[in-house]
Amino acid sequence: MVSPVAWSFDSLSFGMSEALQIIDPSGKKVGSAPRLKKEALLAMYRAMVRTRAFDDRCMKLQRTGKIGFSVPNKGIEATSVGAAAALDITTDWVAPHYRDFGIPIFHGVQSVEMMDNMFGNVDDSAVGRQMPVHFSFDRPLKYLSISSPLGTQIPQAVGVAMAMKRQKELGICLTTFGDGSTNTLGFHSGMNFAGVYGAPVVFLCQNNGWAISCPVEKQTASEGFAVKGEAYGIPGVTVDGNDVLAVYRVVSEAIKRARAGEGPTLIEAVTFRMGGHSTSDDPSKYVDPQEFVEWEGRCPIRRFRAYLTSEGKMAEEEADAIKVEAEAEMMAAAKEAEAKPVPSLDTIFTDVYAEVPPHLHAQSDFAIGHYSSRGEGVNEKGEFPL
Amino acid sequence: MVQAVNDGLKSIMREDDSVLVLGEDVGPKGGVFLATEGLTSEFGEDRCFDTPLSEDGIIGVGVGLAMNGMKPVCEIQFQDFIFPAFDQIVSEAAKMRYRSGGQYTVPMVIRTPYGGGIRGGLYHSQSGEAYFAHTAGLKVVVPSTPYDAKGLLISSILDPDPVIFLEPKALYRAFREDIPEGMYTVDLSTTRDVLPGDDAVIFCYGAMVPVATEAARRIKESRNKDARVVDLRTLMPLDEDAVLQAARDCGRIVIVQEAPRFCGYGSELSAMIAEHAVEYLEAPIKRVTGFDTPFPNTLENYYLPDARRVTDAVEEVLDF
Repeated sequence: MVSPVAWSFDSLSFGMSEALQIIDPSGKKVGSAPRLKKEALLAMYRAMVRTRAFDDRCMKLQRTGKIGFSVPNKGIEATSVGAAAALDITTDWVAPHYRDFGIPIFHGVQSVEMMDNMFGNVDDSAVGRQMPVHFSFDRPLKYLSISSPLGTQIPQAVGVAMAMKRQKELGICLTTFGDGSTNTLGFHSGMNFAGVYGAPVVFLCQNNGWAISCPVEKQTASEGFAVKGEAYGIPGVTVDGNDVLAVYRVVSEAIKRARAGEGPTLIEAVTFRMGGHSTSDDPSKYVDPQEFVEWEGRCPIRRFRAYLTSEGKMAEEEADAIKVEAEAEMMAAAKEAEAKPVPSLDTIFTDVYAEVPPHLHAQSDFAIGHYSSRGEGVNEKGEFPL
Repeated sequence: MVQAVNDGLKSIMREDDSVLVLGEDVGPKGGVFLATEGLTSEFGEDRCFDTPLSEDGIIGVGVGLAMNGMKPVCEIQFQDFIFPAFDQIVSEAAKMRYRSGGQYTVPMVIRTPYGGGIRGGLYHSQSGEAYFAHTAGLKVVVPSTPYDAKGLLISSILDPDPVIFLEPKALYRAFREDIPEGMYTVDLSTTRDVLPGDDAVIFCYGAMVPVATEAARRIKESRNKDARVVDLRTLMPLDEDAVLQAARDCGRIVIVQEAPRFCGYGSELSAMIAEHAVEYLEAPIKRVTGFDTPFPNTLENYYLPDARRVTDAVEEVLDF
């Protein structure tokens, strides 16, 4: 018997080569669209455009030497925002990787809060301790602190979800990772534990074609990534990652399954990283330029815009205005974050433990004494910023 | 001692239902050393459960449980098998509070039997405390008596930060000691004077505590000298004041560890005393340690420091 919530997984069975698509690259509806109000569709569109604007501003900030690092998110917007829109952040958590700017942006994390992290300033929730793009937010959504070692968030998501189940909460945990991360210990242990315990987790693999310079065919001999769920007893589905409605639909179904106690799902969103791995990477060394041209033709934002305008949900002028507003917003956020001071020197020593132990007190006193006697680590008024 | 660990787990699990126990074979079997015996039958499978054979998974899932309101006590069957989870411990558990500015924290205990003395060879004998004491954000606790095992374990579980709780498996069934029933705690970051004395001091922890104590008795007998024996109990954060005070009081110092010598815990202790109390020293600091080799099986009794080696070292510092 086919369970009513699992229909899409029966139709999208293991190893399928065709990814679910609702909007084709020209913006034409080719599948059954989820029933979403106009406001919800526009919120998704706006978040995608703002994500691109945030990404673009960060690239420019890095190129002009204002920040040290960023990771391009261009091309990924539909995967991030489609997944984000399926979450109920009153109960659900996210255990993310670093290439998903669209999730916090969709859920109302302020652009300046994200810029605070890019600059590592006094208001950065990571207190300037991490490289840029390693966000951590606990409101308005639980968006776990991002790590640089890959795949470590995956078993953590399972633990978060097991705790929800134990506390009889209705929440689920969405964890996101790239295609390269499917080779990590964390992917395998996380998938295995989730399968064994039936944890309410949604695994979202962002197959963006490249693990830095290493293409998918050098990452795995399997046919895609969704098939990897099978060995763990977890259904796997493939979705067009540049089709925001298809991503929304598949992630929503997976969340519904998880909430209903039917266990985890692995989703492979097929997309393409329209840039380097990071600002330190030069993709022209390994990506055929023709590939960028082909994927430009599948641009998730242009596609969704064409769909929304042809369906009469959004006027062309409205779309233009959203873009202009988004760019202005990110410019202003960058300016605001750049103007803030750096964290005070003592923050090197706090949050290592709940209480600062004596040996760190001693090291903190030394550092403050050493640098303040040279006029360093003091604010513009000449006070030591404690 | 293993019964004290078991009793400690039961005592806190009765008080606090956010305490969960997970690991390989910790369920109905009760763990390979029986430290978790009876937990699943008393508290149910959702409080004490078997996991797949996956150390990375045990600790990764533990980190997630801890971030969402649970107090997981993860068992790694032998400390030698902890290395697949090293990334989760060192990169994740240890750094979560720091990198999230306190938004996310990991109140988790990792219990694991460590050390030699059971003919365990290369992979059931190692003492890896230095790896963990070297990592900011972790606490490292090593009991040496049943009383301390229970009290320190409960303190570790109540602690808001991740604790590596190293249980000297050589002492699991070494001697009996009556301990209080129910909840009690022993404060972390406090040392314990096992024997008084001010002619010399032996710093030690875990399975080396009875070895050092025996050496001190022999010195008393043969030389009528009183060697103080200090059980460090918490290696990180260490009670540095207590260590330096003992060093100043005694002036002659022996440090005993079963781990290899190079960059071992004793190296740090020695450097700390040299930096802060050199003017009190009457003799060079002497370390008695395992050798800088992998841990041998058949010849383990020659690898491990014993009372004779420690006695010799104390005599050396006394005679200097």
